Amino acid sequence: MSVPGPLHFLVLGALMFCISVAGLFINRKNMIVLLMCIELMLLSVNMNFIAFAHHLGDATGQIFVLFILTIAAAETAIGLAILVVLIRKRDTINVADMDQLHG
Amino acid sequence: MTLIAFYGFAGLYLLSGLLVVTLRNPMHAALSLVLAFFSSAALWLFLQAEFLALLLVLIYVGAVMVLFLFVVLLLDINLAVLREGFIRWLPVGGAVAIAMAVGIIAALYTELEDAAGAVALPADYGSAAWIGQHLYTAYLYPFELAGAVLLVAIVAAIAMTHRGRRRRRAQDPAAQSRVQASRRVRLVQLDKDS
Repeated sequence: MSVPGPLHFLVLGALMFCISVAGLFINRKNMIVLLMCIELMLLSVNMNFIAFAHHLGDATGQIFVLFILTIAAAETAIGLAILVVLIRKRDTINVADMDQLHG
Repeated sequence: MTLIAFYGFAGLYLLSGLLVVTLRNPMHAALSLVLAFFSSAALWLFLQAEFLALLLVLIYVGAVMVLFLFVVLLLDINLAVLREGFIRWLPVGGAVAIAMAVGIIAALYTELEDAAGAVALPADYGSAAWIGQHLYTAYLYPFELAGAVLLVAIVAAIAMTHRGRRRRRAQDPAAQSRVQASRRVRLVQLDKDS
């Protein structure tokens, strides 16, 4: 089986990262889509780790992906909890409405 | 054959990513994020990361995205307000994304040559046993730390969103120090004769 080289996967990860950065820009108001864009970013970074782990025959990349998945799950859980509390208190997920900390 | 499958899944991956970013309805965006996770897991299988690909489908599609979908269902979103600025920021976002992509890809092509299979991999590469052997020996402390982080996340999420009656009989020092003698003791003048 001829596996495509690591560069294919690295370019794919880079493209996905750029798509999600563009997503952060164009969905500036919608907090839940912002959270989804962060998930996409973490996913595309994982692609790099796995490509290099395969290229170098090393375990560290795959172990690191495991930890990134763990931390990303924790981050999502807390982010969604904050979102639910926010909806309960302010009845909005518009980022522009979150101005309580303005001076 | 492998290359055709690779390009198919890669196209699916990028397409679902674009849909997450551009779709109007957050529910549809969440569902295309599920598709992105699935195609990403398929791509990881090309790199023999079997255990991680299964983990991605189980944890992300099975747990995290279900949580996302529940939260989207809870919302009653005014889409028109949330979409304003979409067109205005599209050129900026697109320009930043294209600049980043060109920079990263140029750096990749100048620094790396695309040599596949340079290193001989062990037979059980990427299996659960192989990952476990590394995880429980060299990476034991980070592993336990990750468990602690998950525990903190559970406690934080529940503490933030829980709003039922809290059945605990703890002291409330503020209430204790607010107490005044006049509210606790009432002195009454008793009549001797009655």
